[in-house]
Amino acid sequence: MSSTKYTEYDAYAAEEATEGKVFNVDGGDWDQVVAAAEDSSDERLVVNMGPQHPSTHGVLRLILTLDGETVNEARVGIGYLHTGIEKNMEFRTWAQGPTFCTRMDYLAPIFNETAYCLGVEKLLGITDQIPERAQIIRVMMMEINRISSHLVAIATFGLELGATTVMLNGFIEREYALDVFEEITGLRMNMAYVRPGGVAQDIGHGGFTKVREFLDRMPGRIQQLRKLMDANPVYLARTKDVAYLDLQGCMALGITGPVLRSTGLPWDLRKTQPYCGYETYEFDVATQDTCDVYGRYLVRMQEMEESLKIIEQCLDRLSTVKGPVMIEDKKIGWPAQLAIGTDGMGNSPRHIAHIMGTSMEALIHHFKLVTEGFRVPAGQAYAAIESPRGELGVHVVSEGGTRPYRVHFRDPSFTNLQATAAMCEGGMVADVIAAVASIDPVMGGVDR
Amino acid sequence: MSSQNPEQQAEQAADRLPAQAPQDRLAQPVVRRGMFGAKTSGDTSGYGGLVIRQSPKVSSPRPYGGPEGGGEHGEFDEVADALERAFPDFGEAVERVVVDRGEITFFVRRRYLPQLAQTLRDQIDLRFELCTGVSGVHYPADTGAELHAVYHLLSMTHNRRIRLEVTCPDEDPHIPSLVPVYPTNDWHERETYDFFGIVFDGHPALTRIEMPDDWVGHPQRKDYPLGGIPVEYRGAEIPPPDQRRSYT
Repeated sequence: MSSTKYTEYDAYAAEEATEGKVFNVDGGDWDQVVAAAEDSSDERLVVNMGPQHPSTHGVLRLILTLDGETVNEARVGIGYLHTGIEKNMEFRTWAQGPTFCTRMDYLAPIFNETAYCLGVEKLLGITDQIPERAQIIRVMMMEINRISSHLVAIATFGLELGATTVMLNGFIEREYALDVFEEITGLRMNMAYVRPGGVAQDIGHGGFTKVREFLDRMPGRIQQLRKLMDANPVYLARTKDVAYLDLQGCMALGITGPVLRSTGLPWDLRKTQPYCGYETYEFDVATQDTCDVYGRYLVRMQEMEESLKIIEQCLDRLSTVKGPVMIEDKKIGWPAQLAIGTDGMGNSPRHIAHIMGTSMEALIHHFKLVTEGFRVPAGQAYAAIESPRGELGVHVVSEGGTRPYRVHFRDPSFTNLQATAAMCEGGMVADVIAAVASIDPVMGGVDR
Repeated sequence: MSSQNPEQQAEQAADRLPAQAPQDRLAQPVVRRGMFGAKTSGDTSGYGGLVIRQSPKVSSPRPYGGPEGGGEHGEFDEVADALERAFPDFGEAVERVVVDRGEITFFVRRRYLPQLAQTLRDQIDLRFELCTGVSGVHYPADTGAELHAVYHLLSMTHNRRIRLEVTCPDEDPHIPSLVPVYPTNDWHERETYDFFGIVFDGHPALTRIEMPDDWVGHPQRKDYPLGGIPVEYRGAEIPPPDQRRSYT
């Protein structure tokens, strides 16, 4: 550019590129763009949507080939949020892992942590030694997280279709879920609360009150959301029979979660391959048989209602099941009796007094755990849980060291996003937004 | 070293130490020497001379049992039997079978992978309809089989999981693609190619997916550095994680 003579920049003039004429649309007068585009003889229009676009659900890039309003081809470009979490985890101890993986799918942090911890526990062979109270807390936190994640799914969905009311209502309710997390873990997102061997600390009195308030509030609010959307003609027009994907398509493309359950298959790992004691809770698996966007919305709504039932049962059990929240094995269990001190949250004075004053062995355990971490026998394991978006699998490999040799996450967002082409091609361009939103991809999880 | 003492035996089993004869282990290649990252004369730990060898390649005997363990005929035997019946080249295609931690792994020779996967998917008593992707692992010390591709298959019909592991050498990083059998592997194989450099032959468009198209190198390989920079805090300099003392 520097060698050419300066000419006045014309925002509406087409640039010549190898593929044909390129029009940059960044605000301004739409009529002028259309007029310029009409001059060109191309009938096929390639539209690049994103990665910075308010309705692509994060930094997702869609490359659409349009014929009029019809989408002939839809391709997806990802990788804009790749942070190398899997690589980073290979350089930290096993106990430091949750701090990293909680940041992958940032709307479902508890699920990332739990999947990873279940994998590590499987490798250690301590799955049946996890205290019951810890398992109940895990289940309760996961279900609260499921509600908050589905709320965002529905809220952003509304926003992307142009309904600000839905967005505001969804995000307001999510705030209450985040308040619960803040009270229990100290953090609203990226908690690193679930640790190998149990959870970081027990729930205090304030936590129970918050969960109880949440339980009192939510049923009415979910009902309100349902009143707003379930039979809303505008909403139905945008979602019914849109982005059809049947069971066969789901199987071939590896789709799990609400999208799969909207085809009528009640496949939910909480029921079919239970973990963390899910087999002892009473709840139903939500299904629909419409295979469309509306069905996926209904599945999510019903799942939130079912989650409330599970949280209720967890609260009942926590009032009777007492005991530690971290595995008894001193060589693995990170100290889980924390307290607020003058300089913030840390090990409780009792634990400090114990390791510094009374037990040399406890001091050695603490020192070794904190500096080098625990060793995990060589081998590999695969653990899978039902995250709000589908099967979240983790493949953990150990070579006998204090750090993971390899951790791979099979994130459901990543796999489900592959269905974009199958859902959109042949449909209208406006339905692309609805299709992508109904998959509910979280780009942090897609790119990791 | 297998102990005669039943208590010790139980402990070894619990620790999952490979109870192999010492000469078996000594025949394995060295994967690491020393400890704590002490490589100079300043080694006061006494661990500088430590030699760690690669764990021997184990193979589980029949019966395989099931996910719950136990030495009896179980779910894993049913899968293996059905596969042997349906896949005539089973003996040639499957190098070895490992049952560990309630999971079964079939080590498959790469040229048999697509046919084997097809059988696993279509055979009525196998029916592994869902492949949950491929995960790469890089073992630089495993000469001739440095790169591993690990597939986890799920049968919703029978509610079972199995694992397939396929290896390829660094010089010839080719593995047949499973996209024709499991279309879901499209992105997963692109990811594994991106991070490990395994070329999946027959993939419709094997390009990078997470890294930029013009990136050089495959970041998840063990010879690729983490690329961290030192952190300065109150005058002290903390080295990046991949250059810190290592306790492994």
